Amino acid sequence: MKILTGNDLVTGDVIWWAGDGWSRQVGDSADVGDHGTDLARTEEAALRVVGAYVIDATVTDEGVRPAHIKDRIRALGPTVRPDLTLKPNDADAGNWVI
Amino acid sequence: MYRYDSYDQSIVNARVEEFRDQVQRRLTGALTEDQFKPLRLMNGLYLQLHAYMLRVAIPYGTLSGKQMRKLGEIAAKYDKGYGHFTTRQNLQYNWIKLADAPDILAELATVEMHAIQTSGNCIRNISSDQYAGVSADEVADPRPWAELLRQWSSFHPEFTYLPRKFKICVIASDDDRAAMRLHDIGLKLVERDGVIGAEVYAGGGMGRTPMVAPLIRDFVPEEEIVSYLEACLRVYNRYGRRDNKYKARIKILVHEIGVEDYKRQVEEEFAHMRTLGLNPPVEELARIRAFFANPAYEAGASEDIDRADPAFALWVDRQVAAHKQPGYAIVNISLKPLTGIPGDASAEQIDLVASLAEQYSLDELRVTHAQNLVLPHVKKADLYAIWQKLEEAGLAEANLDLITDIIACPGLDYCALANARSIPLAQKIAQRFADAERQAELGELKLKISGCINACGHHHAGHIGILGVDRKGVENFQLLLGGSGAEDASLGQITGPGFSEDGVVDAIEKVTDIYLAERTSGERFLDTYRRIGMKPFKEAIYG
Repeated sequence: MKILTGNDLVTGDVIWWAGDGWSRQVGDSADVGDHGTDLARTEEAALRVVGAYVIDATVTDEGVRPAHIKDRIRALGPTVRPDLTLKPNDADAGNWVI
Repeated sequence: MYRYDSYDQSIVNARVEEFRDQVQRRLTGALTEDQFKPLRLMNGLYLQLHAYMLRVAIPYGTLSGKQMRKLGEIAAKYDKGYGHFTTRQNLQYNWIKLADAPDILAELATVEMHAIQTSGNCIRNISSDQYAGVSADEVADPRPWAELLRQWSSFHPEFTYLPRKFKICVIASDDDRAAMRLHDIGLKLVERDGVIGAEVYAGGGMGRTPMVAPLIRDFVPEEEIVSYLEACLRVYNRYGRRDNKYKARIKILVHEIGVEDYKRQVEEEFAHMRTLGLNPPVEELARIRAFFANPAYEAGASEDIDRADPAFALWVDRQVAAHKQPGYAIVNISLKPLTGIPGDASAEQIDLVASLAEQYSLDELRVTHAQNLVLPHVKKADLYAIWQKLEEAGLAEANLDLITDIIACPGLDYCALANARSIPLAQKIAQRFADAERQAELGELKLKISGCINACGHHHAGHIGILGVDRKGVENFQLLLGGSGAEDASLGQITGPGFSEDGVVDAIEKVTDIYLAERTSGERFLDTYRRIGMKPFKEAIYG
């Protein structure tokens, strides 16, 4: 699947296109098919996102998983600061990115 | 320390308000990201992997207690409670909101700080020796020259859009603690016939094409240093390649046209400059130098150190360096706890070090390119009290220049350019070599990790260097041996095929085993490597 990600213009937070808006959870990502580039342009013009780009991802038992490690780290947060990730109480969360 | 005059303060304040307006226009859509990006970068604001990142300039790595305290306050108020000290003696905040950036810059301006020229193709923060002004082996204090160059290079209209970024370092000792020859231009102050001047090195750097800067002039009198640098920059600005960013640094120009031709052109430009009378007035250098006069050292301070506490004694032996003033010492504070993140400090730790600087170090501290901190003016009688406070705060690691004193870039955990994570690897290596006796047995061993070819972690200059690469979406680590950023500067050589994260930790252990088996009395790891060469290490690693 193709998913769309970028950063919130105001906060800089990593965000994922969820079909009807943006989410901070990669698991909410929607398949943008061939429309990702147009969608990115529209959302950037609306000042809702900055640096938007389309990536490959797969759906696994654990939810949507970006294909590249860089985007998995963007999705989770810094692996060396579990307290600052989306799963602060999961000591093994960092293994998800590998 | 240097203090802003009204001109310094007014241009910094004006820049804050200018950026506030630019941010507002971006947030309302009056500026597109393409229009805004170069403006935010001129103010040190990047968009990184997880958020906006703000890089704050720490001129030649020197801070007052008040400035350090402000850095901690900003970390607590606007970030997530910590900051990251970099290999450029700067500080980075990783979690900045765009709307907050002007307020942060305004707060920095209240303590004479800013983020100007911490990005972009301009002259960046001038770096220097963290022992400047307190080391007995320097011919002069390099900080007045570093400050003069800061003023010369700030908003320099001719050098605001260079072919590429430009880094300058000034030292004044034979011992190079600042990786001087791995800068675009390195200055080493020297004395000749009673006159202070500088050796000038040009065309050094790391990144994808590492070079050790060659000497291009063995003496420039102090009053002509700025004019000579102006000539160096002019030749680079005229002929540096703007068609290819990977070949745009001055090191490529010097390499492609040759050192002799570059020197010839600089000399021609310098001869022209001399006719223009552009040297800064001697009075200005004298004005600046007055800010760096010796602080009020206490006469007759005790030389005694009570070493009854063995943990304290170990720390003194490793972290405390000789000071030029009797009864005083230089304290190195490790930001490399064994389970920590190299260069990171919490807001509370930053605040503590600010207090220690005010109480015990004549209100001054330094940041090192090795991502540690220094209290430069400590009475020996106060060492135990300082150590106790550092110990309570998790800042009393005794590992300066040992294998666990690892330089590591933020890597793929934070950086949008990185290919691999540096920090988890640094932590694994630190834990593998955690035993204090084992570290001491290995002695000086500088290990440096970069998460990509841009080499922010100085891997080329590590006695042991590690470069993280992306191999089909999987982190892979190349191992290098034999680099040095010191006065014996050299570039590390790749051992061979790369490793997984665990594999490179095992390989490092094999490398250190060979060193212990092969070394002769008094040899550091680097000395043994240079004597016996790569072959025995490769055989041990790859069988």
